[in-house]
Amino acid sequence: MTTKTEPVNGTAPVRRVRSGTGGGRERLVQWTFVLPMVVFLLLFFCYPVLRNLTMSFQEWTVASFYEGGSPFVGLDNYVGLLTDPIFGTAVLNTVLFTVGSLAPQFAIGLGLAVFFQRRFPLSGVLRGLLLLPWLLPLVVSGAVFRWIYDEGFGVLNQLLLGLHLISDPVPWLSSTRYALLSAIIANVWVGVPFNLVILHSGLQAVPGSLYEAAALDGAGPWQRFRHITLPLLRPVIAIVLMLGLIYTLKVFDMIMILTGGGPANASETLTTWSFALSFEEFDFGQGAAVGNILIVIALVFALFYLRSIRDTFQSRGGRG
Amino acid sequence: MSSRPSDVVVELDHYTSAEASRQFRSVLDRCAERFGLRIRRQNVPVDQLMPKVLRDATAHSLPDLLFVDNPDLKTVAETGALTELGQYGLSGEGYFPGIVEAGRYRGELYGLAPGVNGLALFYNRTLFERAGLEPPDTWRELRATAGALTSGSTHGIAFSAIASEEGAWQFEPFLWSNGGELDELDSRKSVEALRFWSGLVEDGLASRSVVNWNQNDVIDRFTSGHAAMMINGSWALSSLDESGTDYGIVPLPTPSTGTPPVVPLGGEIGAIPETTPERQRDAARVLGCLLERDNMLDWTTDHAYVPARTEVAEQYARERPVMEPFVEEVATGRARTAELGPRYREVSQALADAIQATIAGSTSPRQALQRAARVADTAD
Repeated sequence: MTTKTEPVNGTAPVRRVRSGTGGGRERLVQWTFVLPMVVFLLLFFCYPVLRNLTMSFQEWTVASFYEGGSPFVGLDNYVGLLTDPIFGTAVLNTVLFTVGSLAPQFAIGLGLAVFFQRRFPLSGVLRGLLLLPWLLPLVVSGAVFRWIYDEGFGVLNQLLLGLHLISDPVPWLSSTRYALLSAIIANVWVGVPFNLVILHSGLQAVPGSLYEAAALDGAGPWQRFRHITLPLLRPVIAIVLMLGLIYTLKVFDMIMILTGGGPANASETLTTWSFALSFEEFDFGQGAAVGNILIVIALVFALFYLRSIRDTFQSRGGRG
Repeated sequence: MSSRPSDVVVELDHYTSAEASRQFRSVLDRCAERFGLRIRRQNVPVDQLMPKVLRDATAHSLPDLLFVDNPDLKTVAETGALTELGQYGLSGEGYFPGIVEAGRYRGELYGLAPGVNGLALFYNRTLFERAGLEPPDTWRELRATAGALTSGSTHGIAFSAIASEEGAWQFEPFLWSNGGELDELDSRKSVEALRFWSGLVEDGLASRSVVNWNQNDVIDRFTSGHAAMMINGSWALSSLDESGTDYGIVPLPTPSTGTPPVVPLGGEIGAIPETTPERQRDAARVLGCLLERDNMLDWTTDHAYVPARTEVAEQYARERPVMEPFVEEVATGRARTAELGPRYREVSQALADAIQATIAGSTSPRQALQRAARVADTAD
């Protein structure tokens, strides 16, 4: 055995010493498996988060970068944010964007998942095609949507004009009234496949015999959906919504590419505002503070998520 | 960092277009060769340059030679990372005053540029001749001409009103030519200028999409024939020539005849960050070489910029008549950061937001500018 392991790595002698105590050795092996993960988390997760936290209590300007002076200012950055007129807009837009994206994404995703539950020719191909939006990099879908939305030459306006649904081109991205809506529509398109995939796999777990039994009892499609599909899908639904919420809260690229948070802050969310504060106005303290507010919001929902998967596992364990 | 041999000069710029990049490289190489140096060039998109500079500043690994957008020069100087150019024997003597002002921070010279640029009015000669029109001279004529040329999918004029520096910079010549000031954004003159600006969109003479267009988008609209006039800089010349559009250029129209337009000076400024004495010296040699008469001429010809030295610019204007309106404007051009220094960034952002609020929203020019003025007052 030693001849096999020794040439592989240089820590073999250490192991041989430890090998005297069987339990210790086993623990060491366990730790070596965990260690890379721990190091990774400390380096790329804990450190940035802590740094961001301390930064939000400091006055970080461009001079801080080179000369290092960044006085501690307590809650000044947070107070500054709360009194900024953009704060209200950004919070409201974040809520509107999140709820406005999540609800249709979920509804359409669920509808499609139920639809694809039936077997029919080409269903696999179609399902594959529906995944496409999810596979595209956001930069690409964002650029395409910019083109679709163009006021003068965009496909969307041409289509609506052709169908006589509108009489004047709609300024999708260039009016404060439509900018956020346009970003939401694009984001829904991107998010539907995720909902479809997870919900569809959840549906696979529902035994077909239940539907047969219900049909024999005279239950219609709606009743079968309402009394079999929904309750059995509940844990999956909870997970989809929770993950969707966390993803959507931090959507940045789509809005940035479409509107850059504009026009006139009309589509500014906490993420785009944080970017603007840090990298356009170079107020890194306030930018970090906005980031922290977002982290706290996401954390609250992440706790719900963890709880819901724990419950799911426990109930599964109970049944088994 | 210390493993970097001293004969390598690291340079950072944002000339990302293939042509400008190649031309810049060739002038750099010429200078590098003369001093037996090798130049390692870093090239990032314009919006990533400042974040990169700040990151590098944290790690104290700044490039030896740096070309930043001129309103950002004071911001970089504020970090304390730049060295004063006088110690290398470089001075702003004989340069256009506006560009020297842009390179100054707290009275010292921290940056010099081989070339500068400004904005002018480009017009589509074919459309003008067909309509029997002359390029406009005043605001009133600009409106009338734009009105006469707006039809179908063609707007009379195109400009950029995007929510960033580009949007503010395109409006500044109109603000300044009307007597408005960046530190008095809510003055009557400033409001009047914004009313004129947003009126062009309101009356359908310019597309509402201007709030999403950067200056490259504006070039696209112009070359595709969807705009009869555009406000843009001389860097657009190469794309225009490539597209085969028959165009003419005149100085920007002003509120009344006879007054020259006051345009902001654009372009990038070369600066030398604090590294080691040897590397700073090498970087200064390269920068000094770029600023020499012949290299300056080559550099500016290739980039379609105006030479930063007045006497070089005169010769240049004689050789390239198409650049004349730009050369003319640079003489009266202003550094954007002249009054505000590093505060400029926040004020210009507030101004860009005000322009957007007026054009895209229902806010009146006065309300929008009053809000911007409040933001500008609290800027530090």
